[in-house]
Amino acid sequence: MVALSDYLVFSAILFTLSMAGIFLNRKNVIILLMSIELMLLAVNTNLVAFSYFLNDVSGQIFVFFILTVAAAEAAIGLAIIVLVFRNRNSINVDDLGSLKG
Amino acid sequence: MTFEQLIFYVLAGIAVIASLMMISVNNPVKAALWLVLAFIATAGVWITAQAEFLGIVLILVYAGAVMVLFLFVVMMLDINLVKLKEGFTRYLPIGVLASVAIFAMMYMVLGPAHFGLDKTGEPIKFSADHSNTTMLGLQLYTVHAYAFILAAVLLLVGIVAAIALTIRRRPTHEVLYQDIDKQVKVQAKDRFKMVKMKATKEEPIKKKKEDE
Repeated sequence: MVALSDYLVFSAILFTLSMAGIFLNRKNVIILLMSIELMLLAVNTNLVAFSYFLNDVSGQIFVFFILTVAAAEAAIGLAIIVLVFRNRNSINVDDLGSLKG
Repeated sequence: MTFEQLIFYVLAGIAVIASLMMISVNNPVKAALWLVLAFIATAGVWITAQAEFLGIVLILVYAGAVMVLFLFVVMMLDINLVKLKEGFTRYLPIGVLASVAIFAMMYMVLGPAHFGLDKTGEPIKFSADHSNTTMLGLQLYTVHAYAFILAAVLLLVGIVAAIALTIRRRPTHEVLYQDIDKQVKVQAKDRFKMVKMKATKEEPIKKKKEDE
């Protein structure tokens, strides 16, 4: 039998790895976006595991909506990257500081 | 170790290795491909948790559509890889340290001490002909129908935003565009002009002389 803690620890590992990815690749916007996708996947794994063990389908409905939002987010994020690359000729995070935020 | 556990651990191991490779490889194209592998392995993990529909959706929508979009964009952009990898080794110690610390905290909460089999009990196993899709659909189209429609609107907004952001207008002497304002405002006199002119009289055809 696979325990609930196995699923939760697996998703915690995925979450930490994607967080490490954000720490390590802080120059490359595309890998940052990919790490965020992986983070969402880890969170979704949690929801699926709880839905399985509590025998409640609502968790899977949550995952369904999160997948929808993540797909829209990826499309818009990539559109912004294309736009930035067209104007700056680079996707380095350091080159994007002109708003002085 | 049962067969079920074997499948779970193999798939989870593949997903972890793939995501480790994703954050450490140099080339964004390779990173995207590793991420596809991580998605597929995680879809397998979801299927072991009886979420068959979502597992298939993850493969179709994520590995099939979103990651292809990623690859498309990565290959379209001409990126300087060396510059983007700067600072990897500089941030490595602090990144590893922060990750290990956060994982340790998560493990203390989520580990077998609180969520082991003896604490949660065994989940209900459905028979082979049980349909996960029907179960999801029944909930989605009744209880969550409003949220479902909102999700559709959100996707529409996503399409409009992506197109509006990336559309490129070139000067009008190079390309012709459809101008809907002009099309609506146009009147008959802008398109059609009456011209008065004299009627021309056609000359009768002269008969050719034979000796010419």
